[in-house]
Amino acid sequence: MGNPLGPDATFRDGLSKGQINLQQCGNCDQFIFFPRINCPHCGGTSLTWHPASGKGEVHTATTVRRRAEKGGDYNVSMIELAEGVRMMSRVDGIAPLDVKIGLAITAFAGEIDGIPAVLCKPAEG
Amino acid sequence: MGDNLRGKSAIVGVGHAGFGEAHGQTAYEIMAQSSLTALADAGLKLSDVDGLFCTMMEDSMPVVMAAEYLGITPRYIDGTMSGGSSFVNYLTSATMALEMGLCDVALICYGSNQRSASGKLVTASKLPPYEGLYSPRYPISGYALAAARHMHEYGTTRENLADVAVAARAWASHNPEAFMRDPLTREDVLASRMVSDPLTKLDCCLVTDGGGAIVLVRADRAKDFPNAPVYVLGSAAESSHRQISQMKDYTTTAARESGKRAFEIAGVTPKDIDVVELYDAFTINTVLFLEDLGFCQKGEGGAFVSDGNIAPGGGLAVNTNGGGLSCVHPGMYGIFTVIEAARQIRGDAPGIQLDGVELAVAHGNGGVLSSQVTAILGGASTV
Repeated sequence: MGNPLGPDATFRDGLSKGQINLQQCGNCDQFIFFPRINCPHCGGTSLTWHPASGKGEVHTATTVRRRAEKGGDYNVSMIELAEGVRMMSRVDGIAPLDVKIGLAITAFAGEIDGIPAVLCKPAEG
Repeated sequence: MGDNLRGKSAIVGVGHAGFGEAHGQTAYEIMAQSSLTALADAGLKLSDVDGLFCTMMEDSMPVVMAAEYLGITPRYIDGTMSGGSSFVNYLTSATMALEMGLCDVALICYGSNQRSASGKLVTASKLPPYEGLYSPRYPISGYALAAARHMHEYGTTRENLADVAVAARAWASHNPEAFMRDPLTREDVLASRMVSDPLTKLDCCLVTDGGGAIVLVRADRAKDFPNAPVYVLGSAAESSHRQISQMKDYTTTAARESGKRAFEIAGVTPKDIDVVELYDAFTINTVLFLEDLGFCQKGEGGAFVSDGNIAPGGGLAVNTNGGGLSCVHPGMYGIFTVIEAARQIRGDAPGIQLDGVELAVAHGNGGVLSSQVTAILGGASTV
């Protein structure tokens, strides 16, 4: 048995297996992101992992302008998940300039250039 | 800084070098030239400096490198790196070190050649681990995310933001030291190339070369120098996050806390302030900091900065040198907020010199709205 994975490696390991897992603090019950050994809200250290709902919305967004020959414009969003955590992500399946604040999204475990990443698409229905 | 540090130190020398394009010069050469100019302004020599406060965009030990370059062996050093706010933050540590007798002459200094060396904004920091993959354009996308949220919550417009750049240029047009002095209109800013919505190229600070330096001594000997002393009446810091994704409220910065404490220590209020020098890395900064420092209500910053209210002849004098948007921005601008505030109080500002300036705010910003440091400076009548 080697050493157990730290929170950062645990999160990335889950992501590589198609799961978005979030830590919840056993002391103040809040979910946290990014993964840590201590709760940034209360300092608690009993954090447990739970699969994220994937539900959320765009809290704020920008379109990064890029020349077409280099791949064109792309979205960078700050998404807020239903669990109350925010993270940077990208909303795919919609034109970057159409990604508006408040847009309902579904987060999923995807890849950027072969590296596991949390990505989003507009929520259905 | 606690109340008992009010007015305990004073700026007795300021200097700068290499503004605009300093071809063929290294960052340390620009730092050193700035330092020599500031020491000459104070009537002091390098050998008088026994406290050094410095960080640079390169090297892992810039304050030690700077001491070596200058040929001094300071007995107190501070190289705390909080981004562009570092140099305002050093006012606190320099005042403490002076007051405790850990040094007698404090030199705060900086230099960068990033325009002539690379032509684009260079940052020594790596992209944050949970953000880099999404390729935000650093640092502008962080500020764009804040601007977009401010527009969403408060109805702030691109025209409001453009007017910040227009006001900065109007001040700069009177300042022979400013890098950009050509006329600029709201339409020019709106028509400029979009970089990261809603911020265009002209919503961004310049990328120039340049350096600055400040000499501080204990207040009890501040009158023994050639220039009128500029007293540090209060300074305070607050750090809220490093990665933009960790900012709790995109429309309120830690300047609310740093400003509140700096004003408390100084014993003055925003209404008393004659001139405001803010770190305007992007146009949204000026809106956020004027709100958070208490010059207008939260959400009203867009209207406050518009239609010439912060331009020459407006209701509040903001960034009287032209700021990072139009005067100088060599990677980190913070030290120039202090230098321009001090010169306005001394009465030798290079551009428009306002009448009777006794109280000034110098506000530094670091990272992506991450580190906020506010200083209140005052003339002889304030101590």
